[in-house]
Amino acid sequence: MSMKKVFTRTPTFKDCPTHYCPGCGHGIAHRLIAETIDELGIRGRTIGIAPVGCSVLAYNYLDVDMVEVAHGRAPAVATGMKRTNPDKIIFSYQGDGDLAAIGTAEIIHAAHRGEQITVIFINNAVFGMTGGQMAPTTVLGQVTATTQKGRDARSEGYPLQISELLAVLPGAIYVERCALSSPAQIRKAKKAVKHAFELQVNGAGGLSLVELLSPCPTYWRMSPVKAMDWLEKEMTNAFPLGRLKG
Amino acid sequence: MNERVLMCGNEALAEAAIQAGCDAYFGYPITPQNEITAYMSRRMPEENRVFVQSESELAAINMVFGASATGKRAMTSSSSPGISLMQEGISYLAGAELPAVVVNVMRGGPGLGNIAPSQGDYFQATRGGGHGDYRTIVLGPSSVQELVDCMPLAFDLADQYRMPVVVLADGILGQMMEPVVLPKTRDEGRGTRDEGRASRIRVLPTKDWALTGANGRPQNIIRSLWLVEGVLEKLNYKLRDKYEQIQKNEVLCEQYEVSDAEIVVVAYGIAARIVRGAVDKAREEGLKVGWIRPITLWPFPTEQISRAAEEFRVFFVVEMSLGQMVEDVKLAVAGKAPVLFYGRPGGGVPTVEEILDKIKQLTLPTKNR
Repeated sequence: MSMKKVFTRTPTFKDCPTHYCPGCGHGIAHRLIAETIDELGIRGRTIGIAPVGCSVLAYNYLDVDMVEVAHGRAPAVATGMKRTNPDKIIFSYQGDGDLAAIGTAEIIHAAHRGEQITVIFINNAVFGMTGGQMAPTTVLGQVTATTQKGRDARSEGYPLQISELLAVLPGAIYVERCALSSPAQIRKAKKAVKHAFELQVNGAGGLSLVELLSPCPTYWRMSPVKAMDWLEKEMTNAFPLGRLKG
Repeated sequence: MNERVLMCGNEALAEAAIQAGCDAYFGYPITPQNEITAYMSRRMPEENRVFVQSESELAAINMVFGASATGKRAMTSSSSPGISLMQEGISYLAGAELPAVVVNVMRGGPGLGNIAPSQGDYFQATRGGGHGDYRTIVLGPSSVQELVDCMPLAFDLADQYRMPVVVLADGILGQMMEPVVLPKTRDEGRGTRDEGRASRIRVLPTKDWALTGANGRPQNIIRSLWLVEGVLEKLNYKLRDKYEQIQKNEVLCEQYEVSDAEIVVVAYGIAARIVRGAVDKAREEGLKVGWIRPITLWPFPTEQISRAAEEFRVFFVVEMSLGQMVEDVKLAVAGKAPVLFYGRPGGGVPTVEEILDKIKQLTLPTKNR
């Protein structure tokens, strides 16, 4: 009896060992982007921007032209690329430290100018690469390396809902928040990622952003399974899922 | 465009950049260089090229980084405090080996300083104001015409060596109007005439490293992170080799009446213009004075100054700062002759008479010798 192959690696996703921790969401997010690029047939005209953080090595997994840029500056770099190459598909891949802390000005102004780029925003509620410090997106009560008694709104402020902030800008044409916590949620995330790229391919005339809530079992100090559970039950309270714009 | 036109330095350098094939300009307003941004906002769209007013200098230099990574000729301009903000991006450009042109129309500092002309950013420009082991080529023009001539050269040097090139001007050069001849439009993929070096044509390398979409080829990656042990060290040595080539091949400087001079005045940029006037007057009065004017501030004309120091004479450095280039002159002279200094910081501009007076004071001990 012949066996039918029902699941395989998508070509733009490189065949190599991962450096990500067990249970990390980055690998899933990378795959969703790779599948999208292959399904839309845009590998030959796509340029990706890797952030500073755990996913700085995104170019090791995504087989497209890529650049690695300073912490938070990806939307400015993307602006320089897209304005000089309107026929290319430009995407940035940014974590919460990168996009919601040091790069807040760059993402808000790229959206404000309506730059025709696609932003994949990974929110895992911590700074991963530097050792699990508080991010602007750390939820209240969450213990991190720099909020050792749990995040307290009185001294550390509230989780920053940057997607909600961006959604009110006319230049942001599509903003959606999804979760990489279960097969059902990941399928929704895939649709959102693909839509965000399609808008750019179709020249829809503005910035598209998908925020992906993503597990970080290592710095949440949880097992991968528990992390998925915490993401859905706790993190989505601070960051409600759904389409915010477009 | 070959006739003489009257333009202020800021607008003239902007037009020269356009003629030099600048594909994209990104900038943020700051005095005294606002004429560049305004001029580019009008002219770049006329040429179907890119102009973006960025939200900050940080963003501007990173927009340059993005455009440059795709193989385009990109530039930004600013003045001292803005250039400080760009240092992060300049370091990344150096690390990623990306070409870029950065114009600094210097003003007084430190801090917010003032908007008067200054040469206080020499250290920042020539020492690499950002982090890490890198160099930038620094051009120090002293007239509006030279500012214009610097622009195609800056783009060519940036493309040839894949690194940021800084054009170090100041508030006077940016603001003052002089008649200039603008350069002819350059041919694609070929350098322009470099008048200072026997009119040779630069042949520029193809940008096969550029991010253009991996269409029918393996992916290109532009990066400055090298975690594996020894890899960054190798890159640093590669950069060193490149910098040594530049030191060997790209030094530009002008000398005047040095052969019989007892006093050699060393100055760059607008200060050199003032020095020229003072030296001419000193010669009229029979004083044996000459000058050396570095045009490339890095690579510095160390050899030229060192040769001049082989005969006994006094070196007199004049800067619109408390003394920055004077350190490079001292390194070049290497103790073979006295190196004296006169500077005006904080936006102070010395007059011809002021410099002449200082030169006369210096001649007294040499006459008694």
